[in-house]
Amino acid sequence: MSSVSDPFRIAGRQLGSRLILGTGGFANHDLLAQACREAEAELCTVALRRLDPAARGSILDVLDEVGVDVLPNTAGCFTARDAVMTARLAREAFGTDWIKLEVIGDDRTLLPDAVELLAAAEELVDDGFTVLPYTTDDPVLARRLEDVGCAAVMPLGSPIGSGMGMCNPYNLSIIIERAGVPVILDAGVGTASDAALAMELGCDAVLCASAISRAHDPVAMAKAIRLGVQAGRLARGAGRIPRRRYAQASTPEQGMPAFEVPGIPQ
Amino acid sequence: MNATISDEPDVNVTINGEPRRLQAGATVASVVEMLDVSPGARGVAVALDGEVVTRSRWPQTRLHDGSLVEVVVAIQGG
Repeated sequence: MSSVSDPFRIAGRQLGSRLILGTGGFANHDLLAQACREAEAELCTVALRRLDPAARGSILDVLDEVGVDVLPNTAGCFTARDAVMTARLAREAFGTDWIKLEVIGDDRTLLPDAVELLAAAEELVDDGFTVLPYTTDDPVLARRLEDVGCAAVMPLGSPIGSGMGMCNPYNLSIIIERAGVPVILDAGVGTASDAALAMELGCDAVLCASAISRAHDPVAMAKAIRLGVQAGRLARGAGRIPRRRYAQASTPEQGMPAFEVPGIPQ
Repeated sequence: MNATISDEPDVNVTINGEPRRLQAGATVASVVEMLDVSPGARGVAVALDGEVVTRSRWPQTRLHDGSLVEVVVAIQGG
């Protein structure tokens, strides 16, 4: 039986929380820390950028204090070459070979570039990385990423920051059915019900950034989405009833009292 | 000639996109120090000409004329 506390594994590592928090978009480190605690996340993404000597306070200290581990990403990379280089810098900076691989193909949709993504994934796996690729909802690409050795696949529900939820649950369910590695919904969650739906569909986990960080009350939304993930996971295990076009009475007809008196017209 | 002054020419390098003129003998470690990064700072990585320079090699990795240096840190993202 599944329960909210049931762990899952990525590359042999057990994770108790099925909500991974993206740290982008929080107004300040304090808000990030509060949301992170409320989300009960174990992993939080971070990005790499040029050092700004004027910047004060490191996000690493914040995440350390909360007690979560860092999942570096390659956000902003448009080529396999840049993504591989960024992953290597991340390994040096954070001492982890886990990488959330993003290779973007278009700056308006921020959709993944399938060709560059697959090339980067293959090179990073060969270089010893544990690769978690942000991918489209294409089941064939997801399978190809698994085939080259990715430790999970992270299909989008809809474009990054769009809050459109899962635009193609049918494709996602095909990915889930066929995947031999964990499937983590990445991008598109707009609110708690989107996260619940993804988990009901059978995702192993949800990664969420903008829906929390850009909510009117990010800390409350962190809690809502955490509960959505847990509710969806429970419902998945509990087994939903099949959809049907006509009603099926939930109250038995047997034993209905009769109010018609014979011989007296109504 | 004064023996304490290097007769090697200065080097013109690019650090995080900015052109800089550094004394001959400048290393990755001296660049990182110049950027006010403490030697033990966490979450810092350096690429020199497109290759990662591991922290243990910062002191002995010298820059040359035309070197491209990228010094990166963790930020919120993803």
